[in-house]
Amino acid sequence: MENHKVVVVPCSGIGKSLGTVGRVATYKVIERMRPEKTRTVCLALLTMGDNDALQFVRENPCIAVDGCSAKCSKKNIEASMGRLAHNIVVTDVLRKNRSLKPDGVIELNDQGDKLAEIIAGMVSEKVDEILREVKCE
Amino acid sequence: MTLATGKVGIICCSGEDLPEGTISRVATRLVLEKLRPDQTVTLCLPLFLAGGEDERAFARVFPTIAVDGCSKKCAEAGTKKYSGKPVATILVYEVMKKFPHLKIKSREKLEPQEMELATKVAEEIAKKVDEILCKTAKK
Repeated sequence: MENHKVVVVPCSGIGKSLGTVGRVATYKVIERMRPEKTRTVCLALLTMGDNDALQFVRENPCIAVDGCSAKCSKKNIEASMGRLAHNIVVTDVLRKNRSLKPDGVIELNDQGDKLAEIIAGMVSEKVDEILREVKCE
Repeated sequence: MTLATGKVGIICCSGEDLPEGTISRVATRLVLEKLRPDQTVTLCLPLFLAGGEDERAFARVFPTIAVDGCSKKCAEAGTKKYSGKPVATILVYEVMKKFPHLKIKSREKLEPQEMELATKVAEEIAKKVDEILCKTAKK
């Protein structure tokens, strides 16, 4: 149980800035906010059925961070029979923070980064909650 | 159909776990936004699996270039599996061998040296775009 990590998987959508928001939020969590408790996996690798990636999402709880309603991360984790514990959609968070106007795919503008920070906070809280539940199992 | 569109599809792996994945992503956007904005289009790779027939028709409509960060070549394999064989594949780690002084470590925000490498990769993609469109025009 102690070895469980939460796998945070962004969709990394490349067409709009929302995919970058999800990606940046994920790095904020795995590199700064909860580095000991989380890691990520390449979504494309999972999609292609890589054995190590499949095993990892099946053995650890996963949080999908999707940019849009297509929910590619969530769908691909489910299709891989991964342990999907939670799903956050950037557009849902944006609706609650309408003053923020994220822009940029190569590099997010400040408002996009702020939105990523909000999402990273939500993901981190969820990570703690999931790991508490795992410990109680 | 390819002749009519005059565009090349670029599909990158965007690998989240490796800095090379971020380079593939940024290089692709550099081509789309700056180097060849009128000649290129892209699509999220995971959409091939999560998406419908429209997404999967992508490589049947456009000649494609896969941009992969590592030797697993997810963009190349994914495009081939769900849509059609890419005309070319650009490998970030192969480009890195040509510029050994450019070191990469960031996955989130690229440092100047990393952005320089992304630009080099983007230039290779753009060169390949020109080659493909030139061949297409001659047909």
